Amino acid sequence: MSELKLMKGNEALAEAAIRAGVDAYFGYPITPQSEVIEYLMTEQPEKRTGMVVLQAESEIAAINMVYGAASTGKKVMTSSSSPGISLKLEGISYIAGAELPAVIVNVVRGGPGLGTIQPSQADYFQSVKGGGHGDYKLYVLAPASVQEMSDFVEDAFDIAFKYRAPVLILSDGLIGQMMEKVVLKDQQERLTDEEVIKKYDSWATTGKTNRERNIITSLDLQSEKMEARVHRLMKKYEQMELEDTRYEEFQTEDAEYLFVAYGSSSRIAQKAVKLARKKGIKAGLVRPITLFPYPKKVLFKLANQVKGILSVELNAGQMIEDVLLSVEHKVPVAHFGRTGGIIHTPEEVLEALEQKIIKNGSIRHHKTRESSIL
Amino acid sequence: MAKVKGAIVVNTEVCKGCEVCIPVCPEDVIGMTAEVNMKGYHYAYMKNPQACTGCTNCAIVCPDRAISVYRVKVSA
Amino acid sequence: MEVLDIIKPENQVFCKSKLMTDTTLSYCPGCGHGTAHNLTMEVIDEMGIVENTIGVAPVGCSVLAYDFMNIDMTQAAHGRAPAVATAIARCWPEKYVFTYQGDGDLAAIGTAETIHTCNRGENIVIIFVNNGIYGMTGGQMAPTTLEGMRSSTSPYGREAKTMGMPIKMTELVANLPGVYYATRQSVHTHKHARKAKKAIKKAFENTRLKKGLSFIEIVSNCNSGWKMNPNESNIWMEEHMFPYFPLGDIKVNGKLK
Repeated sequence: MSELKLMKGNEALAEAAIRAGVDAYFGYPITPQSEVIEYLMTEQPEKRTGMVVLQAESEIAAINMVYGAASTGKKVMTSSSSPGISLKLEGISYIAGAELPAVIVNVVRGGPGLGTIQPSQADYFQSVKGGGHGDYKLYVLAPASVQEMSDFVEDAFDIAFKYRAPVLILSDGLIGQMMEKVVLKDQQERLTDEEVIKKYDSWATTGKTNRERNIITSLDLQSEKMEARVHRLMKKYEQMELEDTRYEEFQTEDAEYLFVAYGSSSRIAQKAVKLARKKGIKAGLVRPITLFPYPKKVLFKLANQVKGILSVELNAGQMIEDVLLSVEHKVPVAHFGRTGGIIHTPEEVLEALEQKIIKNGSIRHHKTRESSIL
Repeated sequence: MAKVKGAIVVNTEVCKGCEVCIPVCPEDVIGMTAEVNMKGYHYAYMKNPQACTGCTNCAIVCPDRAISVYRVKVSA
Repeated sequence: MEVLDIIKPENQVFCKSKLMTDTTLSYCPGCGHGTAHNLTMEVIDEMGIVENTIGVAPVGCSVLAYDFMNIDMTQAAHGRAPAVATAIARCWPEKYVFTYQGDGDLAAIGTAETIHTCNRGENIVIIFVNNGIYGMTGGQMAPTTLEGMRSSTSPYGREAKTMGMPIKMTELVANLPGVYYATRQSVHTHKHARKAKKAIKKAFENTRLKKGLSFIEIVSNCNSGWKMNPNESNIWMEEHMFPYFPLGDIKVNGKLK
């Protein structure tokens, strides 16, 4: 039966994995998400559900373990944080190319380089503009609460197996570390080995029975075959865009100004909307839940209604590019965001709206990036 | 004791003419043809077919498994 | 007795294993990879375990192993086959899982995966073909390239001072408790090939008995990389590779020899 608990984001995600019937988790310690594997090691899910939990020797080994388990049709995931995700990107590209279902979690910290362990949203480009090599995309879910850290595990696996593709849960140190109430779902039975074989016998490498052998590879030395593979991937992304784009609107019905923000920034922007409305400024918020596929349509539509848009992100300006692409410069778009792990306050966000959009309201696209963060 | 007679069949299009089978044959049965196969490789053949005992040495070291081996007992 | 009387189906005593496909091997003429492939498939065929066997191919000359091995196979990123195999073996404890890797894959980029997979004693077989060179990419120096041995990235011969000495991976992993069986074989003559086959069989038996990790190094030739003809390369291998990489069992039933 579902349960109400007070949990850390990282722990809620780990518990949700067990309850979603995940078969294997391969991880590696890195702040701010080590709680995921710590929780799993303490919980010993192999006793509860038979789930395999293993701490690998590196993030690179971990993602390749994910690749291995996924190639046999098992439900498998890993989690890490920014520098660790950079190490995993080759593996992720392989998983995408080999068309394997898997879930990767990035609890983002400040970067680049070793950066900081404080929260950040500076991995947006890495997550939605590819990150690894080659023509591939990741379906990216951005949780904004401990509840979504839990719920998105199952959602992510549904997408991963629907499309046989890697899915990224893009969280951050804030969401991962804070504690909130969370309603945990009921335990979902893991598939038995026989069920896995039966269900995925057409592609999974579980042992050649009386069928042609299955091969999992992302290698196609013949260009025509490689192009066909790329087209297969692109088809999936088109379908994702049509069927599985997710976002949320907050007080946009009469909005004259719009915030666009995801994850932890969206919670702060939501407060900024309330502050603005108190001052008579009709602000609204669009919260992208999937960062790919990006909710272009709703922004394009709202661009006819609002006088300006502020992209609020804990980085130096990344998602703003997708906002600009979505609204096609119909209205002024500006960026605001603290970096280095500092969390902007609602007041700062509102002030940025007033300074950058309401006061000068000019079309900003000619400005270089530096000015937008100073 | 009953004598044993052997013979090998070389898949001439698979053989790459590497000659690794030659030094392992105890009876010096194998030689390389003057002709070449479709890929331009000289290929192995039984230079001394009578000497073959079917011991499979050549077949087991052949990287491309181009050699099949036959063996039969014959009364003296 | 005419040859044609001998060549009859009932008289056949050896032929290609049915677990090898009909695809022409991409390996250079006389390369040991082909023989190592065949011996492995013959063992799997003879043990009747193909339905529960999953192979993991590396990046390197044997990256296309799955085109030649007629079994379920997954192709791993360069150096990561042991990690891929670990996950498969953990998720499918009853399966026979093996990796098939070259020296660059296993002893250079994949060193960490090799060491830690062995250290965890995963119940898998690692087949490690050591030919002292990066073959696929055209003959560069590998972790097992011998001192003084030329390659495209050690054109004047490997120099220990600047490039270090070749790594003896099998002795190295044999010292890890997780390794149950560690042996070094070769496949260039019938004697060596038969011994190598026994070793491979013992390794898969260890998997069946859940004894932990079996590590099989196969010292092999690379005639193209070494710029010799196949038979010359095998002689050179005996004279130069074997003294540095001595053949034989290094650890059996969990005990160092």
